Amino acid sequence: MLTFTIRRLLLSIPTLLFISLAIFMLLQLSPGDPMAQVPLTVPPEVKEKMREALGLGQPVYVQYWKWLVQFFWIEPLVFVDWATANTWWAGWLPDTGFAEGKLRVISWQTRGPVMDLVIQSLPQTFWVVGMSYVVGVAIALPIGIYSAYRHYSVFDQTGTFVTMIGFSIPPFFTGPLMIWIFAVQLGWLPSKYNTVLDVVDWDTFVLQMKQMVLPVMVLALQTTAQISRYMRSAMLDNLKQDYVRTARAKGLKEGVVVMVHVLRNSMIPVITVIALGIPAIFGGAIITENVFAVNGLGYQLLIALFASDIPTVMTFTFIFAILIVLFNLIADVLYGVLDPRIRYD
Amino acid sequence: MTDTSPNPNDPLAEPIPLAPPTSQTQDIWRQFKQHKGAVLGGGFLMFITLFVLIGPFIWTLEATKLDIRAKDMRPIVWGLWSDEAKVGWNHPFGTDQLGRDLLSQMIEGGRASMAVGWAAMILSLLLGTAVGVLSGFFKRLDFILMRFTDLMLSLPLLPILLVAVTLFREKLSKTFGIETGMFILIVGVIGITSWMQTARIVRADVLALKEREFVLAAHSIGTRPGKIITRHLLPNVLSPIMVSATLGLAVAIITESALSFLGVGFPSDFPTWGKLLADAVQRMNLYPERVFLPGLLISLTVLSVNYIGDGLRDALDPRMRGR
Amino acid sequence: MTMKSLTLGSALVLSMASMAAAERGADGNVSIIYWQAPSILNPYLSGGTKDIESSSLVIEPMGRYNQDGAPVAYLAEEIPTVANGGVSEDLTSITWKLKEGLKWSDGSAVTSADVKFTADYCMDPEGGCAQLAKFDGVTSVEAIDELTVKVTFGAPKPNPYGPFMGGQSPIIQAAQFADCMGAKAPECTEANFGPIGTGPFVVDDFRPNDVIQMSANPNYRDPAKPAFATLTFKGGGSAEASGRAVLETGEFDYAWNLQLAPDVIAKMEEGGKGKAISAFGALVERIEMNLTNPSPDLPAETRATVAEPHPILSDKRVREALSKAIDRDILVEVGYGPAGRPTCNLVPAPAIYASDNTGCLKQDIEGAKALLDEAGWTDTDGDGIRDKDGKKLSLLYQTSTNAVRQDFQALIKQWWSEIGVETELRNLDASVFFGGDPGSPDTFQKFYADVEMYANVFDGTDPQAYLAAYRCGNEPKPSSQWQGENINRFCDPAYDALIDELAVTGDLEKRGEIAKKMNDMLTKDTMTIVPLVDRGRVSAHANSLGGVVLNVFDSELWNVADWYRVK
Repeated sequence: MLTFTIRRLLLSIPTLLFISLAIFMLLQLSPGDPMAQVPLTVPPEVKEKMREALGLGQPVYVQYWKWLVQFFWIEPLVFVDWATANTWWAGWLPDTGFAEGKLRVISWQTRGPVMDLVIQSLPQTFWVVGMSYVVGVAIALPIGIYSAYRHYSVFDQTGTFVTMIGFSIPPFFTGPLMIWIFAVQLGWLPSKYNTVLDVVDWDTFVLQMKQMVLPVMVLALQTTAQISRYMRSAMLDNLKQDYVRTARAKGLKEGVVVMVHVLRNSMIPVITVIALGIPAIFGGAIITENVFAVNGLGYQLLIALFASDIPTVMTFTFIFAILIVLFNLIADVLYGVLDPRIRYD
Repeated sequence: MTDTSPNPNDPLAEPIPLAPPTSQTQDIWRQFKQHKGAVLGGGFLMFITLFVLIGPFIWTLEATKLDIRAKDMRPIVWGLWSDEAKVGWNHPFGTDQLGRDLLSQMIEGGRASMAVGWAAMILSLLLGTAVGVLSGFFKRLDFILMRFTDLMLSLPLLPILLVAVTLFREKLSKTFGIETGMFILIVGVIGITSWMQTARIVRADVLALKEREFVLAAHSIGTRPGKIITRHLLPNVLSPIMVSATLGLAVAIITESALSFLGVGFPSDFPTWGKLLADAVQRMNLYPERVFLPGLLISLTVLSVNYIGDGLRDALDPRMRGR
Repeated sequence: MTMKSLTLGSALVLSMASMAAAERGADGNVSIIYWQAPSILNPYLSGGTKDIESSSLVIEPMGRYNQDGAPVAYLAEEIPTVANGGVSEDLTSITWKLKEGLKWSDGSAVTSADVKFTADYCMDPEGGCAQLAKFDGVTSVEAIDELTVKVTFGAPKPNPYGPFMGGQSPIIQAAQFADCMGAKAPECTEANFGPIGTGPFVVDDFRPNDVIQMSANPNYRDPAKPAFATLTFKGGGSAEASGRAVLETGEFDYAWNLQLAPDVIAKMEEGGKGKAISAFGALVERIEMNLTNPSPDLPAETRATVAEPHPILSDKRVREALSKAIDRDILVEVGYGPAGRPTCNLVPAPAIYASDNTGCLKQDIEGAKALLDEAGWTDTDGDGIRDKDGKKLSLLYQTSTNAVRQDFQALIKQWWSEIGVETELRNLDASVFFGGDPGSPDTFQKFYADVEMYANVFDGTDPQAYLAAYRCGNEPKPSSQWQGENINRFCDPAYDALIDELAVTGDLEKRGEIAKKMNDMLTKDTMTIVPLVDRGRVSAHANSLGGVVLNVFDSELWNVADWYRVK
């Protein structure tokens, strides 16, 4: 398994390079213009000059090469500079100035480093999207397990009904609905997410929790629905297997049978879905973030897409791709752990 | 631990038949009929399909016909508790802000949504299952197919849509006419961008299944790979596929509305359930029925497909049958 | 719009504000929400409205336009005119004089060097300055003394208020931006995110595409202002959500540009937390007629170019019939309510430039039918769609995605079907439609459709550049990479002559006359452009926020220094 993991990690590098090229070509092909949001009152000649200043006139391969160098060489240097200057674990090293005077990956909208956008948006994304995922998974697993165990019970039927309705109603509707109920009518919760709230004491913590409730609820509904369905169906498949009968016949406690034997064998599809979902946290929740003005990574990516801000889109998507490749690799490794018969070599 | 489980093909595991033997199809049908949810779901799906297919012949009002004087009418039941409500039998479900009849919009919209939903879902399932099975079963294909899946997962959706439109819209609408052309484009785009999860799940299950005894046994007696896939693997990955199908239908119906918002979908005056829902969200507190009705139709359709999937899975599972 | 009413107006605002709060920072925090989040606080690097308006809190121009479109001095002692000698008699130079004792927020003095630097910064050929058009025709900018700057133009400039006037052209600090000239402009992230300014607020923390936190400028020229100690500027969400946050939940004090249907806004106002305000500028929603043939059967070199006249729309009678069939009152009622009024003019404001053309306001279905009959379009096969020589009267009608625009499309399609015109609707994402990507078939410049709808306006109060767009040869075409502003491919030598005449005419009344004539040529005389609605701006403020004067000629936040909390 270790050799498999190392081999796959090494193979990930050319894979990711290829993916970055594919993303770049896709963005080049896609119609769109960074000047689309500049008002029509700005004459075309000026827009043309602005495009030139962004480096749009350069040949495609030059633009791609520039991005590659900036992302894979200069950004890590910036990180090293930052680490040697500001952190406890590398601060004892002499301050380096490797990246001084070098051009980082610069967004066309903000003219600032894209990485700063990522760092700026990460906290709210983790608070909201990450938390909703944790909540969603934490609710979905027990629901899925118990629904399958008590197949066609009232609990199962209700669970099915609620999760399926929850899944088929899109967040662009549930978001405003929640705002209307909890923020407008009841006035309990804020409708907008305050990204500059510093959690320093109990009161601010309560405020933070309050503003997270609505977006987390909307998002967790989708996650819960999806994962609990897969969990339930996999459990159902396994509960009827002969090994379950054997285990029971051996006199194992019911809890052990279900939670150890059946659950372990049912985790494979669920692990797959969860592994696909974790990178999606980084991708953000575009609609929900927009409704609640969370302005996390999803929102940043969305407006970068609409503004045809290629360096930003490229960087965000590529980090997303790294996570996809990584988590799918983790899932593959986990399959082997869950079911030792699965071998890759 | 599963190594100790008895061979599932052990004939002794089957109960001793009490009734004369029946064919497999009859068995499946009998089992399916016993599943109340599945029957209800099937009934509802049939009703909805008829509703959108024959509906326009019974309720002949055109969905795109505007009548600005009759705008913002309420459903007829509103008249029961409010005398001021603007209601009328000519628009039993009310009208929208431009005076388009809600009932005919739901019928017309249902046609598009159901067609897109089913077609895109089936396309995505076929792709996902094919990639998943091939990649799980044939070691040589695994790496390349799964890296391709990673690639597809990483590509941002919006540029894909815009590229697809730029490249194909004019050609498709020229060859097939506007609406069919758009339909093909939408189904293609949704199908091609949503198969990856199914593929990953199916592959994971196949990876585990192909090491199980019955598959090894099939191998050892010289069964050809194609046969193993269709006889032994596919029936055993059916339940996650069913779940994917249900979720996929909902996703396809909703995605369609997002596409028309981006100008990638049907023309703006062409109603679909997803678009009716999206358009009504702004006036959700003024006219709740306009979000409620399409929302309900989408949910019930998805729910009934889910129940049918459940029933089908139970019916196809020999271990469930006869219980 | 005289100087008198102007001073009266601002005096009124001033006295109201000073009554409410006589002390800087006494009213705590004010929160503003824009549903588009600002990306950068340097308007020279971004033409986006969100960026221009958010930066207007911090950096200021020499003068602004007020709510009536009249110029008001900000950093300048007074607005230079020919009358007060600030503008030379031959209209080739304008001399700005700074107020005395002005300070940047860091305490240093504002001098003419800063003003000159601002011009150099924008006019640098490698900088990609978004407001370069403001400096069009400028040959030199010289600092005469500490406080005086003279801008010289290469040719007489009847409207010399391009540089340093309005939210698009504020003064930036030379010391801060000295190393940011030309190609280096994008690298100065710190300066671009936190410009040092003279405005009522200073930036404490700027999070691009999210939120800006500001506090009162300690060196602001009026010691009693601003009334608020801090300001939160949140971006993101949707127009609907931001309207709700001000009108229904009261979480924010001010929401910008609520592009929502009137019944939705009215319902929100019932929330009782605030009110919607509207004001009219010159923004006109219009249908543009394509005078060239966009048929996909044509080769790419000639498709939608002047080489191929439009088979249907080249006939003025058809264009006029299409305009006659439209009921603009209903469009206003459905789409804009009190924030819109029907118009037949391309230039509906300011008053001196607005033509009295009202011929299109009344819907005339019968007249439209008669015109089409006369033009030879009749329904020979009885399918309800007119045809001529075997060709159907069928049009492709495109616009950007926007709920109100789609409603308009549906309504207009209906009216056109009543006169026997078949319409196919298409809506496109705004980032593609308004983008200038020559590779995309869906941009508004390429105009691969028969008619298209969008809104446009001009900066400030002078429509010269706006009207000059319709010059022969200025149309988008393959040889110009599909860039160009003459979207309709209109061409009339008489019109071009008027453009040239307008460019050298200084007398305001005379200018008005020429502009009206040009407006009429494009609209009622040729029906090349079919104006629909004069769109007002709708914003909303909380009941507890006082001093708000909605201004569509400049940044909406132009008088934020005068805002106060109603006690």
